Amino acid sequence: MNNRASRAAAVGALCLALSACGSGDDTAPDVTAEDVATALEEGGEITVWAWEPTLEQVAEDFEEAHPGVTVDVENVGTGDEQYTALQNALSAGSGLPDVAHIEYFALGQFTIAGHLVDLAPLGAEELEGSYTPGPWNAVQGEEGAIHALPMDSGPIALFYNQDVFDELDVEIPTTWEEYVEAARELTEADPDVRIAADNGDAGTTTTGIWHAGGQPYSVEGEEVTIDFTDEGTARYTDSWQQLIDEDLLLPVTSWSDEWYQALGDGSVATLVTGAWMGLNLESGVPDGTGSWRVAPPPAWEEGDTSSAESGGSALAVPMGAENQALAYAFIEYANAGDGIRTRIDQGAFPATVADLESEEFLAIESEYFGGQQVNQVYADSAANVREGWAYLPYQAHANSLFNDTVGQAYVSDTTLAEGLADWQEVSARYGEDQGFTVDTGD
Amino acid sequence: MTPTTTPTAPAPDRPPARSRPRRRWTGWGFLAPFMTVFALVFVAPILYSLYLSVYRDQLVGGTSFVGLENYRGALTDPVFWDSVSRVTLFLAVQVPIMLFLALLLALALDSGRLYGRDFFRISIFLPYAVPAVVATLMWGFMYGTRFGLVGNVNDLLGVTLPDPLAPGVILASIGNIVTWQFVGYNMLILYSALRTVPHNLYEAAEVDGAGQLRVIAAIKLPALRGALVIAAIFSVIGSFQLFNEPSILQSLAPNAITSGYTPNLYTYSLAFSGQQQNYAAAVAIIMGLLTMVIAYAVQLFGMRKAV
Repeated sequence: MNNRASRAAAVGALCLALSACGSGDDTAPDVTAEDVATALEEGGEITVWAWEPTLEQVAEDFEEAHPGVTVDVENVGTGDEQYTALQNALSAGSGLPDVAHIEYFALGQFTIAGHLVDLAPLGAEELEGSYTPGPWNAVQGEEGAIHALPMDSGPIALFYNQDVFDELDVEIPTTWEEYVEAARELTEADPDVRIAADNGDAGTTTTGIWHAGGQPYSVEGEEVTIDFTDEGTARYTDSWQQLIDEDLLLPVTSWSDEWYQALGDGSVATLVTGAWMGLNLESGVPDGTGSWRVAPPPAWEEGDTSSAESGGSALAVPMGAENQALAYAFIEYANAGDGIRTRIDQGAFPATVADLESEEFLAIESEYFGGQQVNQVYADSAANVREGWAYLPYQAHANSLFNDTVGQAYVSDTTLAEGLADWQEVSARYGEDQGFTVDTGD
Repeated sequence: MTPTTTPTAPAPDRPPARSRPRRRWTGWGFLAPFMTVFALVFVAPILYSLYLSVYRDQLVGGTSFVGLENYRGALTDPVFWDSVSRVTLFLAVQVPIMLFLALLLALALDSGRLYGRDFFRISIFLPYAVPAVVATLMWGFMYGTRFGLVGNVNDLLGVTLPDPLAPGVILASIGNIVTWQFVGYNMLILYSALRTVPHNLYEAAEVDGAGQLRVIAAIKLPALRGALVIAAIFSVIGSFQLFNEPSILQSLAPNAITSGYTPNLYTYSLAFSGQQQNYAAAVAIIMGLLTMVIAYAVQLFGMRKAV
């Protein structure tokens, strides 16, 4: 504290001496909605760090609509790579982009340190109700702060290979109980077929727990609770443990070449994951054209339609960005304005209610999925996402410890529940090292 | 260093006091280009790491000076010690095997009885020219039990080979990759040492009626001692810095290769995924010191035998 005070004093003295010191970030007046309008007229240049491919076209359209504005879209890496780059730029205080692409689960690590500009006063507060509950919830901060605007969402669905089910004469499961049963029947009918591929993946597991009604994480400012012993979590592990024990899962890592091959050659019959998987199947598994279909995720209780989210991301403005007003104008254009249309046309799955409910969007028939109106299934799922889920403020790092702990359940005698307890422990330890107060429920 | 002779010698022709510092600075002038680069790329990063290692940067609370706290943490960190014992095991098993193979190959090449010697030499050395990343990707593919070579062999012969990427086996699989990569390199070091043996020694041995094995034991092996020590030190350092192979195989076997599998991988995970650069710096410095100590021990051991 002392150190910081003296440094501030030194800077102050320097400012007096130079008598022309620009106001620092801390004292800069908050940018308002009016500034956004002015910035659009004046024009300028902004840098966008994003790996979302559809943003290139959005940026071009935006430049066309607003002469004098230049948007540089840079791909500095996907997911963790970009967060590392962003974190480094934030620590260095230079080289920052004006707009950053951040997944929902990773927002926490930036908001906790106050690294993201509150977009509410810039006009984001008027967008309440424009987005589906899951994504909107994910970008909310304390005291009405809005840290980012949702770009896409990943309501989960059951992707299944109709041909495999037909050939082996197995019913498409509608509940998790049926799912486990179907897993047994499939492998019994053909020993080379597994119902799903899973080799231990943090996203798959947390989404599964979310869907089962578990709430292992809760965050209130600097107080974090991690508790994997709740009922919902147990419901998930009981069911998934059977799949592991009976060797009904293909031990292949998601996104690997083997994984894509397995999805293409029929040795993996289903995938329960976010709506964005549709696009990935089309581009990554061309052999599956016409074979795959989409259904609502298996229910935990018959008739229960509740759903969960997997993945999805938002655009945010990092604190210290040079042109915050213009940055917001771009985000609003991309995620709440005309940009959405452009992105949907390229196959993106939006998070905006208006688009999700539009007849035109819902009526799109997917050739890949045998002419099925898949958006209808996704949109239903999006509307039924269970509320109350939270990620850790340092979820990205916690996920990197997943395979050290829960992953062991896939390769040893450790059970999923034990693995989750270990994960809880290492996540709690990291949280405490980082200055959080962590409650693990004991 | 023979300090006993110095007191008498310099007194008569000691230069005038004034010119002395000047001469000294001229020397530094010549050294300057080297010293600048040396300071920038060698000393500065170490100093910066030392500086980093005594602070702690938290998500909540920011940066604070913590003294030796990070070092204390690292020395009692089970993940760190697990990784150290893993590379030590690797070192104890893989390095002797690799050096023994390299030695055999070097002796075979040097024996003069090998047909197509140059072809053998280049083909054994070739893996060293393959970038480690490419080599590991290639091996990772071969290790695959579904679509890889191991899978093909299983299908063809109707057997079930142990999965090379299973947790208990993967360290040996990494050892296999590293051996494949570096055996040629070490062979070349040893072979070039053998080429420096004066030919008249062999002639003398022949006159004395020594057989090939005797020649190896009495002439070649003693001549190789220095080169073997060098190769061993390189291998010790290489083992302790094991990173590329586990890092790439991690994407194929995430449950077998944990985030703290080797000390370097642990440092990397800490710094780049956990934002714990300070702690990572402390771990890296401890590991650097440990490597120095062990490499020095190997050198002492090698030299003592040489005397």
